[in-house]
Amino acid sequence: MSNWDVDVAVIGGGPAGLSAAISAKEHGAEHVVVIDRSSWFGGILPQCIHDGFGVEEMGTSMTGPEYAESYIKTAEKKDIPLMNETMVLQFNNKKVITAVNRKGLHKIKANAIVLAMGCREKTRWNAMIPGDRPSGIYTAGVAQAFINLYNIMVGKNVVVLGSGDVGLIMARRLKFEGANVLAVVEFLPYASGLPRNVVQCLDDYDIPLFFNHTVTYIKGRERLESVTIAQIDEKMNKIPGTEKEIKCDTLLLSLGLTPENELSKNVGIEIDEVTGGPVVNQFFETSLTGVFACGNCLQVYDTVDTLSIDAKNAGQHAAKHAVSQKKKRHDYTKGIRIIRGKGIRYVIPQRVTKSGKVHFTLRVEKPAEKSTLCITSRDKEIFKKKLQWINPANIVEFNVDIPTDLIISPGKLEVKLDG
Amino acid sequence: MVNHLIYLYHSWHSANQMKNFQVAIVGGGVIGSAIAWELSKHAVDVVVFEKGSDVASGASKANSGVIHSGINSAHLSLKARFCVEGNQLFQSLADDLGFQVHWIGKYVIAKKEDEIKELESLQKVGRKNKVLHLKITNGASVKSKEPNVACHAALWVPTAGITEPYEFTIVLAENAAENKVKFLLETKVVDLKKQKDCFIIKTNKGDFQAQLVVNAAGLNCREIVSMLEEPNFHVYPCRGEYLVLDKNYRSLIKSMIYPVPEKDSGVLGVHLTPTIEGNILVGPSAEFIDDLDDKRTTKETMKTLFNKAKEIIPTLPNNAVINAYAGIRCKLASSKEGGWADYRIEESKTTSGLINLLGIESPGLTAAPAIAKEITQMIAQHIDLKFKETFKPRKKKGKRFSELSGQEQATLIKKDERWGRIVCRCEQVTEMEIIQALSNPLGAKTISSVKYRCRAGMGRCQGGFCTQHILKIMEKQFGMNINDIKLRSPDSNLFYGRTRGVKDE
Amino acid sequence: MDEKKITCIVCPIGCKMLIKTDGTSFEVRDGNKCKRGIEYARNESLDPRRMLTTSILVKGGEWPLVSVKSTQPIPRDRLFPILREIKQITINAPVISGQMIIKSVLNSGIDIVATKTVKALKHQEDLSTA
Repeated sequence: MSNWDVDVAVIGGGPAGLSAAISAKEHGAEHVVVIDRSSWFGGILPQCIHDGFGVEEMGTSMTGPEYAESYIKTAEKKDIPLMNETMVLQFNNKKVITAVNRKGLHKIKANAIVLAMGCREKTRWNAMIPGDRPSGIYTAGVAQAFINLYNIMVGKNVVVLGSGDVGLIMARRLKFEGANVLAVVEFLPYASGLPRNVVQCLDDYDIPLFFNHTVTYIKGRERLESVTIAQIDEKMNKIPGTEKEIKCDTLLLSLGLTPENELSKNVGIEIDEVTGGPVVNQFFETSLTGVFACGNCLQVYDTVDTLSIDAKNAGQHAAKHAVSQKKKRHDYTKGIRIIRGKGIRYVIPQRVTKSGKVHFTLRVEKPAEKSTLCITSRDKEIFKKKLQWINPANIVEFNVDIPTDLIISPGKLEVKLDG
Repeated sequence: MVNHLIYLYHSWHSANQMKNFQVAIVGGGVIGSAIAWELSKHAVDVVVFEKGSDVASGASKANSGVIHSGINSAHLSLKARFCVEGNQLFQSLADDLGFQVHWIGKYVIAKKEDEIKELESLQKVGRKNKVLHLKITNGASVKSKEPNVACHAALWVPTAGITEPYEFTIVLAENAAENKVKFLLETKVVDLKKQKDCFIIKTNKGDFQAQLVVNAAGLNCREIVSMLEEPNFHVYPCRGEYLVLDKNYRSLIKSMIYPVPEKDSGVLGVHLTPTIEGNILVGPSAEFIDDLDDKRTTKETMKTLFNKAKEIIPTLPNNAVINAYAGIRCKLASSKEGGWADYRIEESKTTSGLINLLGIESPGLTAAPAIAKEITQMIAQHIDLKFKETFKPRKKKGKRFSELSGQEQATLIKKDERWGRIVCRCEQVTEMEIIQALSNPLGAKTISSVKYRCRAGMGRCQGGFCTQHILKIMEKQFGMNINDIKLRSPDSNLFYGRTRGVKDE
Repeated sequence: MDEKKITCIVCPIGCKMLIKTDGTSFEVRDGNKCKRGIEYARNESLDPRRMLTTSILVKGGEWPLVSVKSTQPIPRDRLFPILREIKQITINAPVISGQMIIKSVLNSGIDIVATKTVKALKHQEDLSTA
């Protein structure tokens, strides 16, 4: 058993964890450590060999491995120890982390913890797709790892369920590796990934995209033999007579991501049911004092660029907390709650505990061409912004100046869409 | 020349020796494995033919994992007899073999006043079957023990327990293998012929001979009989689907919660069963089907199961399900006939030496240890069975890494650093445990065989993180070719070769 | 002249434009809401190019593959021939991110460079083939 004392411990060494750690170091935290369960750092990025990363942040379009390597190099330059192949088993409310690796058990006492555990992919059973249980069903990320990291071909005749970016990217990747990509199936009336990816991954290769469809049956007693797709109505019920059986040997599932918060739940951190991540204030601090959350375990981000910017902020505040002398237990009931109103799926942060400029990220419930974002406090409008071409697949970001008088009285702000 | 002939004779003789057994068991499910284990305590040559890639490939792994009390089986039936006998053997078996049993008990609940007489009738049958400590209690009393269960009254059955049916089958088979029983996996019996004193057994992996054949082929029991004689029975496959609930909901119930069984259905009804590891199973449904291999799950049944679960636990949320599967009951009576028939465990009157186990459905798991003893007695009528002094009891499996104290974990890691690398995040399974699972004495090396031995892949991410790492261990530490890596069954290949280093077709 | 529909990807509106082209001349018939759309449609019709990212076999490395990219977008119709060419290559570890792997692949004037660093294995283990 080895014991360590650190200023900031970052759980998760993907782009969020690395950004937060580097930022923590830059903002006064002397001893920062990053812990990751894989043998490599960079999280999911090393297998994302396509480009498009870092456009907003650095002005250049990098591939995933390049983006990861640049952060890893920076972390190494700043002497931040990177503990790989190390699994955090749990941490307690005194911020003592128990982790295990080949060298043994480690107890790491941190003044501040940054949670950056990322997310996991939704499985077949989250969608309850009936049928047989053959081999040949992969979540898109796992198939991506096999093809891009391990030189293993997962299948020859592929159907992709879900038109999120991972599914679209993998459709193209499989095509490049000689597979027949027979269809991409999407239950919404529009693709949930970027238009650029629809064009460059599907249209370019004449891969058919079925909207308002889903997989209703999986057939194959040993290896997958076929999937049946059918059209669905607004209530997500199958429309009889629209079934179509597609012979294939591989089904790639791109059903969405779930933030990984087992560690957070085990220590009683308050979780937002809609985001799947911790409830945080504008400093990314969770309901447990000194524990901050960022990256995909806080909310599933659209681009790594936005994610890294938020993670840097989280790291900065974690550092501030770690080195500050007056570490008083903050009263989580002080400050105001941000309520999601009409048209809003979720808003982050869910609490504002200090006046000043607050950076919000939110997702809307439905696509709309024109809408107005409204923030009210007791029916008094304090912020308004016109929005165009919004849809649930794209995070909306904006800054609001929250005045002191709103924070003093425990209360709430409602964020909603008008028009 | 003579030396050469002598050499040839010895080769032929030893080749035949290797393929000659005294007892051949067809089927490596819980019944076949329990029989193999009982026999392995004696000096007798036994072979088990299993067509799947591991033991417990059929109904033995696709059930509720319940150790039944005996209240559900008709008095004086074989089902009742073997259930009660088997129930009483389970704790000592668990102690000897090192698998887990939890005696959590069962509530059979009456939702309405008029169902109470069903409870009383079950209690009566139970008492006749010598089931102890049965008690009918009222709804308030149930609620005090099970706050999430609403009912009018219930029958409390404390002698019902749970186990992991695949773990149980695996420990029986592995200990039998350690004691010289030959398990031939991916070996399907395709034909049987009876000669004067022995059977010729044709399989997809060659021919064998055996003095006796034990038909423990489960759903395929009729196919085996028909190779030797005209069967005087029919098999009516009846599929049962299950849902598996996330461990987050483990505290919703403490004991098994069963409804009052539907009349004349021959099935127990949709129940809620906690598992050893902390999930909850919802099911099984009951649907008579034509194809005995049709283990599909259906949309309608998944919805029905979920709604039935909500009837018992109104607070159950929609995203509670992490997996679904189906098992098929081997019934000897059709739906029209009421779906209930007793076990047929007997030596064939037409083909001597063929010992049949027909219609082994619920309470088959519970009955297995008792049935195994019975079959051993039947075999002793043909073969002189002497206890083996060299019998090796199972080396008790240590606790899982995740269940050890910090000190114990640290000690293990110091001994071998592979205890320190966690491969399955959701279930906290270490690299060493995966290597141990792959080193099993049966030679089973599929992704499922790893899963059922150490739980890697059974958590909420369903193998999303660990599969690639398990694969690397299979490749690097066991020298497996990626094209030979299977999910579960002989033809469930995972991959189609390499993306590079392969010539384009 | 061929008529076809293309979706503009310059901004979130995603105008669906109808264009007419024979590969050398080009005309927007309908659909665009701004000038940038015309520019995009012109490039897509007359000279569509794409960034290429794929992987190359590595011998003696910690990983069996190194991810690579084209240094510039390549003409769409040369994608598959270039992919086939890249598939034939094997490179020895160590590989440094940014390292040139193929200069002017298939005489295109465009290079293929590594996007990942792959260290050499300490022992002589070869992970590239089963």
